[in-house]
Amino acid sequence: MSVARFWRKIPQRYNLIGTRCVACGRYFFPPRSFCPSCRRNGKIIDYQFKGEGTVITYTVIRTASDQFEYATPYVLAIIQLDEGPRLTAQISCPPEEAHIGMRVKKVFRRIGSDGKSGVIHYGTKFVAA
Amino acid sequence: MKDVAVIGVGCTTFGEKWNHSFRDLFIEAGALALEDANLSGEQIDALFVGNMSAGRFIEQEHIGALIADYAGLATKHIPSTRVEAACASGGLAFRQAITAVASGMSTIVVAAGVEKMTDITPGQTVDTLASAADREWEGFMGATFPGLYAMIAHDYMHRYPLTREQLAQVAVKNHFNGARNPIAQFQQEISIETVLSSSLVADPLRLFDCSPITDGAAAVILAPLEIAKQFTDTPIKVLASAQASDTIALHDRRDISTLDATVEAGKRAFHQAGLTHRDIDLVEVHDCFTIGEICAIEDLGFCTKGEAGQLTEDGVTALHGDLPVNTSGGLKACGHPVGATGIKQIYEVVLQLRGEAGKRQIEAERGMTHNVGGTGATVVIHILGAC
Repeated sequence: MSVARFWRKIPQRYNLIGTRCVACGRYFFPPRSFCPSCRRNGKIIDYQFKGEGTVITYTVIRTASDQFEYATPYVLAIIQLDEGPRLTAQISCPPEEAHIGMRVKKVFRRIGSDGKSGVIHYGTKFVAA
Repeated sequence: MKDVAVIGVGCTTFGEKWNHSFRDLFIEAGALALEDANLSGEQIDALFVGNMSAGRFIEQEHIGALIADYAGLATKHIPSTRVEAACASGGLAFRQAITAVASGMSTIVVAAGVEKMTDITPGQTVDTLASAADREWEGFMGATFPGLYAMIAHDYMHRYPLTREQLAQVAVKNHFNGARNPIAQFQQEISIETVLSSSLVADPLRLFDCSPITDGAAAVILAPLEIAKQFTDTPIKVLASAQASDTIALHDRRDISTLDATVEAGKRAFHQAGLTHRDIDLVEVHDCFTIGEICAIEDLGFCTKGEAGQLTEDGVTALHGDLPVNTSGGLKACGHPVGATGIKQIYEVVLQLRGEAGKRQIEAERGMTHNVGGTGATVVIHILGAC
């Protein structure tokens, strides 16, 4: 991932800045700049998510791509934020502690990097709330 | 619109084909299909090639032209188009070929699929396949393809009665069929114990729940039904072609365990063909992971949600069951060269409908194919029938 590609998503990745459609009230994370419900009648504004939610489903990744092999085994989950939207993120916890329905909150963590000399990717992971 | 028929099919053997290049693979499949249809290359009007990621697998783009060139058709200057929808690229290439023939724009059209996956490291392959999902918001976070399907499996098993053994039975059944298919990557039968003792890839999915990394190519030739008998005594009619989309990311789906694109495309296909589920004699579904076959059987409407595990355990989906699923061995045992899979599914159904499926032959007049891109963001469904 190029420096620019990572850099332009820093607010979203570091601080869970998503969006909200003022017209219909829906929240979006990952952020959308076009409301799928209101389409051209929607009005999208930025929204910082509180960062708390519930695990909908999860897995423990034991075979990863080269970039994430160092971190195996790691817990990956789909989390429903309290405002409604769902996202995919890692949970920092021992694999045996992850479960469906688990309450979690956001933390700022290293996610990966572009090889040994490339940009270090930071972002949001979750821990037990 | 004209009625369309398949007049010829060809497929390479599937596997880790270290001695065969990308070009070797599609030339072999194409030549087999032309021979099957008693055609020469000069009679072809257009080519559609399904390919997911030659750019990353072999660092080659511009696949349409490359294939036309190495098929010896460069001097004929026929149109050749690459079609991409991740693992549904093959099914979508077939659909594009159908529209070309049905519209009257072309007469003899080749739909092919090809993928050469073993020229990069397994880690690079895992990353390349992850590009079928949302790179920015799934891949970036460490999601792998088995990981995404594992999350479907966890959600499913939390909500519906599906045992680990029933899930394993999907792989056991598909290996049984693969052992009767001479092109299959794995031609060995396995037991439930084989699956349950294999290593965990992404909980709860184990190695034997996952389709393999495969090289291979397949090609089929289409023509208007009205002239199909000029080429073959056994044309196979296209009864329906349907396609549907959904969110690219799994987390944005209405329901994690239901592929809504399968539900929608399935309804459209049955409506187009004017058929019901009872009219379908076999289905080739997209079992990239065992849970994928469970969801597909239900989402296509062959049973209600939560029943497919029991159906599998009871042998309903076995080779000589009431609804044979994946007689080819499926993606699990036949192999999954991603861009070629959708065409191989057509190849299998055509062989079954012609009565040329050898040791895995079943009695069949109509068959369905179900090809999925990503975790269900694209679904392509076809229904074929004997004439």
